[in-house]
Amino acid sequence: MRKIAISDGDIQVSTRQLPPEGPEPKPITPAAKDWMLFLGFAATVLTMPIWLQPLGAAYPDLLQKFAIFGIFAIGFNILFGLTGYLSFGHAAFLGVGSYAAVWSFKLFTMNVLPAMLLGVLVAGLFALLIGFISLRRAGIYFSILTLAFAQMSYNLAYSVLTPITNGETGLQLRGNDPRYIDRAFGVESVGLPQTNLFGIDMSGYPGFYFCAAVLIVMFLIAMRIFRSPYGLKLRAIKSNQNRMAYTGFNTRPYLLGAFVISGMYAGIAGALLAVTDPLAGAERMQWTASGEVVLMTILGGAGTLIGPFLGATIIKYFENIFSALNEAELASAFSFLPPPLQEFAVTIVNPFVGEGWHLTLGVIFMVIVIFLPGGLVEGFRRIGRLFRGRSGKRTASQAEVQPAE
Amino acid sequence: MSDIVLHVADVQKSFGGLKALTDIELEVEEGKTHAIIGPNGAGKSTLLNVCVGRLAPDHGSVTFKGHVLTGKHPYEINQLGVARVFQTPEIFPDLTLLQNVMVPAFAKRDGAFRMDALRSLERETELCGEADHILEDVGLYRFRHKQASSLSRGDKRRLELAMCLIQHPKLLLLDEPTAGMSRHDTNSTIELLKTIKERGMTKVIIEHDMHVVFSLADRISVLAQGKIIAEGSPEEVRGNPKVQEAYLGGAH
Repeated sequence: MRKIAISDGDIQVSTRQLPPEGPEPKPITPAAKDWMLFLGFAATVLTMPIWLQPLGAAYPDLLQKFAIFGIFAIGFNILFGLTGYLSFGHAAFLGVGSYAAVWSFKLFTMNVLPAMLLGVLVAGLFALLIGFISLRRAGIYFSILTLAFAQMSYNLAYSVLTPITNGETGLQLRGNDPRYIDRAFGVESVGLPQTNLFGIDMSGYPGFYFCAAVLIVMFLIAMRIFRSPYGLKLRAIKSNQNRMAYTGFNTRPYLLGAFVISGMYAGIAGALLAVTDPLAGAERMQWTASGEVVLMTILGGAGTLIGPFLGATIIKYFENIFSALNEAELASAFSFLPPPLQEFAVTIVNPFVGEGWHLTLGVIFMVIVIFLPGGLVEGFRRIGRLFRGRSGKRTASQAEVQPAE
Repeated sequence: MSDIVLHVADVQKSFGGLKALTDIELEVEEGKTHAIIGPNGAGKSTLLNVCVGRLAPDHGSVTFKGHVLTGKHPYEINQLGVARVFQTPEIFPDLTLLQNVMVPAFAKRDGAFRMDALRSLERETELCGEADHILEDVGLYRFRHKQASSLSRGDKRRLELAMCLIQHPKLLLLDEPTAGMSRHDTNSTIELLKTIKERGMTKVIIEHDMHVVFSLADRISVLAQGKIIAEGSPEEVRGNPKVQEAYLGGAH
């Protein structure tokens, strides 16, 4: 009998303990496949400034956002994709990470590493607290609890916590900030200082490459988690939590672990937002921001490795490129049409660009959820299967032995 | 005399006004297969649910090898060495068969919680090999990379049995393990359960199919309307007039 290698998405365990019953083609081991995926991902991310040129998206500000929100979504996916627990409050951790990073710039040093460390730690602790309480409930109640906590944080940041968050104005750097560590080393700056990594300014392309490096590391960690026993157990919780309990697992710490890890990813993303632009505002914690990361993850494909990054990139692209289009640009884009048709095309397309980019996003999202519940990654898999076509199909049907009823 | 593994003492449970279990006394000896039979609604599943911590009894206690089970979480009870097969198969439908069997193996080896997020699954070759052997034992090896949701109902039950067996439990509770199986599958499951008996695993089995009960049980308790009305060896129970009445005349 031919050995059946049916991929089940992301986790595959292979064993060579029992000898196969016939000659079989040497398969690519899952580990080798993972390395290919990782290297492919790293290369794609690092070359974004080149291949995004024709799409008009190759400028550092937007590229930084791709990387940062990619990290945010990858982390969110560790909770939502693996355990199925849908948090509607992850922007709170993003915001907390930003505030912590800006405080590190103000109090200690303009070096970005302590800021990132502080951002991760504070967001992690905050996630521990919120997760501990919210995970007492599952399903929709869990979602509502996280939403409530995030909205509370948002409102606190605006009101009571003004001494820490600087309220509506947002937390900003000032010339007279203490920066004890920088001062101790005799680093003085004229005017507002720049965030840096041991002297390299973290704005423009260096800022992007720093974010990209962090993204690649975070992707690698997520991949390790997906391929670990821990990741498998999280997926088992998603599949049947009841069975997990009767199988001898205390599921609460597993879920809390996933919640805190994803909160820390959000903290890193928040800190990077502060690294590339050192100010933090409460609007970063609003529920719309929490909803956005849910959209990113589902659009790309929840539970897949590259899906969340893909979703984040697409949403940020639409937000920045589509929203910038106006009627004049549309007119020139349709200038190849005869005038009455051109006018007609502009009238039709106009509501979907500029201010109306949300409309485009909404339509895309609906189409994905209805026709591709597995997100864009599922779409690519289907296309891939179409291309592999007949040759693969025949061996599969030969190998697939149906269970006796 | 052999040791008592499971001792159900004076257990009562009611749901609202309905008395589901009254004065249940049950002793299961080490290495034996104890069957609980009885008409529908007699309280058999309720009794098992009390044993695994799914339901708390109103009164009385359940002890397993000197540990009081009442009031413990299901996962704690499992970690003591009690595994359970449910009436409707409780498996991980989204995972492959191999993964389904590996997850319980982790619980057995690593305990109720272990943070092994950066360890690679591929290094678990030993557990993986063990899982393969168990899947061979229950005859599902060829589907090991298939998603569990694609199995037939009978195969799902066998998978669930494999998930319990890989933990080498000291006590295995089976709630109608052959329901929904064809005669052929039922017989192979009986054979499988017999081989477990040779390994010395204690079993409590709820079953409707008398063929299964009399092929496997060393001792039988008959439950009717929440009470144990008879207990003894298969021969004793078969000849007991009360049992015949419960099964034949108990429908009024």
